[in-house]
Amino acid sequence: MSTVFIAFQTNEDTRPIVESILADNPGSVLDEQPAMVKINAEGSLVIKRESIEERIGRDFDLQELQINLITISGHLDEDDDTFTLSWKN
Amino acid sequence: MQIDLRTVAIKPLRNTFDHLVERFGDKPASRYQEGSYNIQQESIFHYRPAWDADNVLFDKKRTKIQMKDWYALKDPRQYYYGSYTITRARQQDAAESSFEMIEDRGLAELVPADLKQMALDVLVPMRHVEWGGNMGNSYITAYGYGTVITQPCLYHAMDHLGVAQYLTRIGLVLDGPEALDTAKEAWMSGAMWQPMRRHVENLLVLQDWFEIFVAQNLVLEGLLNPMLYDYLDAEFSAKGATAISMMTRFMAEWSAETAKWVDAQIKVAAAESAENKAQLSAWVTQYRAETLDALAPIAKRSFGDKADELLADLTSEFNARCAKLGLAV
Repeated sequence: MSTVFIAFQTNEDTRPIVESILADNPGSVLDEQPAMVKINAEGSLVIKRESIEERIGRDFDLQELQINLITISGHLDEDDDTFTLSWKN
Repeated sequence: MQIDLRTVAIKPLRNTFDHLVERFGDKPASRYQEGSYNIQQESIFHYRPAWDADNVLFDKKRTKIQMKDWYALKDPRQYYYGSYTITRARQQDAAESSFEMIEDRGLAELVPADLKQMALDVLVPMRHVEWGGNMGNSYITAYGYGTVITQPCLYHAMDHLGVAQYLTRIGLVLDGPEALDTAKEAWMSGAMWQPMRRHVENLLVLQDWFEIFVAQNLVLEGLLNPMLYDYLDAEFSAKGATAISMMTRFMAEWSAETAKWVDAQIKVAAAESAENKAQLSAWVTQYRAETLDALAPIAKRSFGDKADELLADLTSEFNARCAKLGLAV
């Protein structure tokens, strides 16, 4: 198994996103760096639109992630409801 | 010369305000939390108001509904001033462009005459009902308790004025300034509007702010908005008056959005205690009957023979909604 990760800028917009990722991925580890939060997970990491919407109280388009996204590693599988990183092979 | 850059991480000494630490612990708070929680004034009031010497300025006793924690009534949309105005500004832009297109292309002239008359008879006088909604929600903001509920009520009050303005513009686009005088005349003395006017005026004199919340936001809007912006709107579109649907687009969006907020309030208040549940259910039962009486002539004008059937549908949808909220009605 290898590690996948995603990193965001630390700000008001990403806080609920990071919170929902940590809640949805029990094995994930938060790595707080200056002005950046990185979330590492073994094997795969999933971001769910529904859990972000629950936290921010409005409709959310997963493409809004890109605004504050710094970097990702892993194969990306994206649809309307989920944004999944994994190493498939 | 070589310069080494080094990053220094500075940990903030405190993450948020003390009043939020009390409630949520010392972690970064959202803007909504900062502007809403633990800021209701609870003590150190000036002397008691002469007009109501039994109560302090902000008093929990002004309603029969009681909550252990008034901050449980939170707004699922998390509206604070910034997010509320941004959302509404976006919707305003969209509505504005619909009106512009209708005026530029002369789409109002394409509306069949009978449907145009229907809009003038039913939608335009509704601006007076919206004004009642504004008054009721302003009252809740003034006399209610708990920032998380009084804050969205003020937004809701302003929304009612916005809706009244759109209804006014529908009159202006379809007919002209005379449409507003005709509508006022119908509201003041037309037989069709008197039951509704009586109902709206009865709500203006209620004292219990939560009762107003139930009567206005849950019952009146829960029956009236779907009738106008769902059923009647479908009629307009189906019969070739899409221009009218374009002009009521904001109201349709807004009523779906605010219904979610109203539902969340009622659900939490009803789940708090058996007394709350009984009181809320009693209010719903009382105002449902009064609202249906007030709606009957308007439904008759809008849907003719199908009016009774439609009101029955609306009522059963409304009852299902209330049952989901935990009310016994």
